[in-house]
Amino acid sequence: MFALVKVVAQRLALGLLVLFAVSLIIFLGVELLPGDLCQEIQGQGATKETVAACRRELGLDKPPVTRYLAWLGGVVQGDFGVSLANQREISELIGVRLSNTLFLALVAAIVAVPLALILGLLAALYRNTIYDRVINVVTLTSISTPEFFVAYILILFFSVKFGWFPSLSNVSPDTEFWDRVYRAILPAATLTLVCVAHMMRMTRASIINLLASPYIEMANLKGMSRSHIILHHALPNAWAPIVNVIVINLAYLIVGVVVVEVVFVYPGLGQLIVDSVQKRDIPVVQACSLIFAATYVILNLTADILSIVTNPRLLHPR
Amino acid sequence: MPKQKHLERALAEGRISRREFAKQMSALGLAAAAPGALFSGSALAATPKKGGHFRLGLGHGSTTDSLDPGTFENAYTQTMGYGLRNNLTEVNAENELIGELAESWEASPDAKVWRFKLRQGVEFHNGKTMEASDVIASVQHHRGADSKSAAKAILEPVVELKADGKNTVEFSLKEGNADFPYIMSDYHIVMMPAKDGKVEWKSGVGTGAFALQSYEPGVSIKMKRNPNYWKEGRGHFDSVEMITIADVAARTNALTTGEIHAMDRVDIKTLHLLKRNKNIKIEESSGNAHYTFAMLTDIAPFNNNDVRLALKWGLDRKALLQTILRGHGYLGNDHPIGRANRYLADDLPQRDLDPDKSKFHLKKAGLSKLTVDLSAADAAFGGAVDAAVLYKEHAAKSGIEINVVREPNDGYWSNVWLKKPWCAVYWGGRPTEDWMFSTAYAEGAPWNDSHWTHERFNQLLALARAELDEAKRREMYREMQLITRDEGGVVVPLFNNYVEGLSTKIGHGKIAGNWTMDGLKALERWWFV
Repeated sequence: MFALVKVVAQRLALGLLVLFAVSLIIFLGVELLPGDLCQEIQGQGATKETVAACRRELGLDKPPVTRYLAWLGGVVQGDFGVSLANQREISELIGVRLSNTLFLALVAAIVAVPLALILGLLAALYRNTIYDRVINVVTLTSISTPEFFVAYILILFFSVKFGWFPSLSNVSPDTEFWDRVYRAILPAATLTLVCVAHMMRMTRASIINLLASPYIEMANLKGMSRSHIILHHALPNAWAPIVNVIVINLAYLIVGVVVVEVVFVYPGLGQLIVDSVQKRDIPVVQACSLIFAATYVILNLTADILSIVTNPRLLHPR
Repeated sequence: MPKQKHLERALAEGRISRREFAKQMSALGLAAAAPGALFSGSALAATPKKGGHFRLGLGHGSTTDSLDPGTFENAYTQTMGYGLRNNLTEVNAENELIGELAESWEASPDAKVWRFKLRQGVEFHNGKTMEASDVIASVQHHRGADSKSAAKAILEPVVELKADGKNTVEFSLKEGNADFPYIMSDYHIVMMPAKDGKVEWKSGVGTGAFALQSYEPGVSIKMKRNPNYWKEGRGHFDSVEMITIADVAARTNALTTGEIHAMDRVDIKTLHLLKRNKNIKIEESSGNAHYTFAMLTDIAPFNNNDVRLALKWGLDRKALLQTILRGHGYLGNDHPIGRANRYLADDLPQRDLDPDKSKFHLKKAGLSKLTVDLSAADAAFGGAVDAAVLYKEHAAKSGIEINVVREPNDGYWSNVWLKKPWCAVYWGGRPTEDWMFSTAYAEGAPWNDSHWTHERFNQLLALARAELDEAKRREMYREMQLITRDEGGVVVPLFNNYVEGLSTKIGHGKIAGNWTMDGLKALERWWFV
C-alpha cells in the first residue's frame, strides 16, 4: 500500500512539473503568433493610437518575461487573473464552461463506456461470427466518419425529420437538470458513436489475446462455458490495457470536442479556448490549457493506479 | 385624438420624417392625411402585436466580446447594443435620419456648431433620468488619449462638447460637417448612464427597448422588455434572446427546427433548398456593404494610375457576382457609394470587363505585360480567395498575370490589410458619403487602405462636408465618385446583399438595408404576428 502512495506522490509531483512546462510552452506559442490581443479585438477598426492605448491599459506593452512572471505569481496564489478582452474573472468564466464540458463528457461516458465493454466482450465471445463482423463494421464506420458529419446526420434525422431532439444544445446555468440532459443527448450520441470503436476494439483484442494462454486452455479443457471463461478468467487479466484506452477516450471527451460543441452550439471549454487563441487572450488560453493538461495528468494517473490494482506486478518494474 | 395631433406636430417640426409619420398613423389605424404628405403606404407595416420570446441566431459573437460599445465590431454586439441602448439619432428603413434620444437638432450656418435638444423624461433601465451629462460622458468614452474605441477616429473632428442646461448638448467641430447628426447614429456612440463623468458600461444599462437579464459573451444574451420604453410603436417582444451560432449549417438547422426565429448570413449555396420550407421566408436587402481589392497607390506599380485602370478594366464583375454571390448583390463601379446612400451617382456608366481598354492602359503605362500579387483570405469576405482566383483568370485576357497569395485568416486585419500592396477587403459601408470617403479615401485617414491622395478629391470632400445646399452637395459627391472610379486605388467589384432567414411567425415593416438585421434594429422593430 505504501508503495502505491509513493507512486501517486511521485506522479503528482511530476504532473506539477508538466503543468509548468505546458504553461511556458503555451505562453511562448501564443506570443509567437502574429498580432496581439489589442489588434485582434479591434480588427479592421484598429488604428495605431487605439492599439497603443489598449496595450497601455492592459499592460501588453511590458516585455513578455515580466508578463509571464506576473501571471505565474498570480497562479501560484490561486489567482488566474481576468480575461484581457472583457475583464471578467477567469475562474468565473471557466467555471461555467468547465461544468458544461464535464457534464457532456459524463453523459457521453455513461453511455459509451459500458456500451463499448459489452460490445467488445460479445465480439470476443462470438469471434468471427456475423455478429462480430457487423459490430466491427458499424463501429469502425462511425469512428472513420468525421464528427461533424455524424452530428449533421443525427440532426437531420432526430431533429429535422422526426423532431425528437433539439438541434441546439445551448444550455445556460439556469437550465434545469433534465432539460440539460435532454439537450445533451444528440451531442453525447455523436461523441459516443465516435469513441465507442476504440474502446470496443481494445476490449476485444486484449481478451482474444489472452484466450490463447495456457490457463484459458486449461479452463476450456475443464469444460467451462465460454462466457464464464471470458468473464471470470480472461477479463480480470485484460483490464490494464482496456482501462488505459477508456481513460484516453475520457480525456478526449473533455478536451477534444470543440467540433461537436460548434455544431450543437454547446457552450463548453473548447469554444472558449478557440475564441481566446484567435483573440490572443493569453490568461484565458493559459487557464484552459492548464485544465486540459491537468485532465491528462490526472486521468493517466488514474489509469496507472487501476492497472496496478488489477495487476500488482506492475508496482515492481524490472 | 391626442396621439394624432402629437404626430402631426412632430411632422411639422421635422422631428419625424413623412414616411415615419405615415407609418405611425397607419399603426394607429388611421389613413395618413398629412398636409401634402407623399403617402407611400407601405402595406408591410401591419399592426404590430406585443408579446412572445424572440430568439435570434447570429453567426458572429465571441467569448472575448464585451458590453463596452467602443469594442463593438460585429453584427452580434452591434445588434445587442441597439437593443439595450439608444443613440441621439437613428437611420430609419428609408435611410432617412430621424431623432432618437435627440428630439431635434440645429446647426450654425457654417455647420460647425451643432445643438441637440434631448428628449425629456427618458429613463434608463435603472430608473435614472437621461440628461445632458450622460450624453457627454457617453461621447467622451470614445475620445481622449486613453480611448481604445473604434469610434475615436470619427469623433476626432469634435473640438468641444458641452451641456447647455440639462436637455441640450452642443458639439463644436474643427470644420463644418453637414452630416454630423448621422455620426451620432453610429452603433458605437450609444448613450449610457454616467457616474462622476464616466459611463457605466459593464451593467449594460441603457434607455433601449430591452433591459439586460444575462449575458455570456460568445454564447447568448437574454433581455426583457423595458416597460418604460419611450419610443412609440417599438419594442414588441416580451423578451429576446440572441444566440451565437457560428456554424451556418447549425444556424440553418436551428431555424428549420424552430429553435430560433431568425438568422443572419444565410448560406446562399443552399438558399434554394431553404426556400422550399413553408415556415421560412427569406428577406434580402441591398445596402452599402461591399467587397474591394485595395492597392497601395504609393507603391510601384500601383502608383501609376494607368496600371490601376488596366486592373479595373480587367475584371469581369458580372461573372464575379454570379459565382461568388450567386446574384445576391449588385455591381460596384469602383467607388464605395451604395444604394443606401443619398447621393449615389447611378448615372455613371457601369465599368465592365474590357481587355482592349485594359491593354490600352497597360501600353500607356509603358508595359507590355504586368505581374502583380493579390493577397486574399476568406477573413476579408466569404469567397475572397475564389474571387481573387477568378480575377486572375479574367485579367489573363488582358495580359496581366495575377499571383493569388493565400493569406491566413488569423490576423488578416493586422498583418495583411494596410500592409500588403494589393489585398481583398470588406467594408460594411457608411450611412453618408462623407463618412465613407473620410474613413477610407481621405488623405491621411488611418483606414485609407490605398494610401490615396488626390488634391481635387480632398478639396471636394471638405467643401461638400460643410455644404448645406442639397443640389450642390449632390453635384460634388457625383464628381467625387467619378474621381474615385477613374483615379482611385480601390477596385470595388461588388456590393453584397444581406440575406436573412425569418420564421413566417415574424412580422416586420420595410427591412432596412443600411446594415444587416433590419439596420441592426431587428430586436425593437420586429414582432410576432
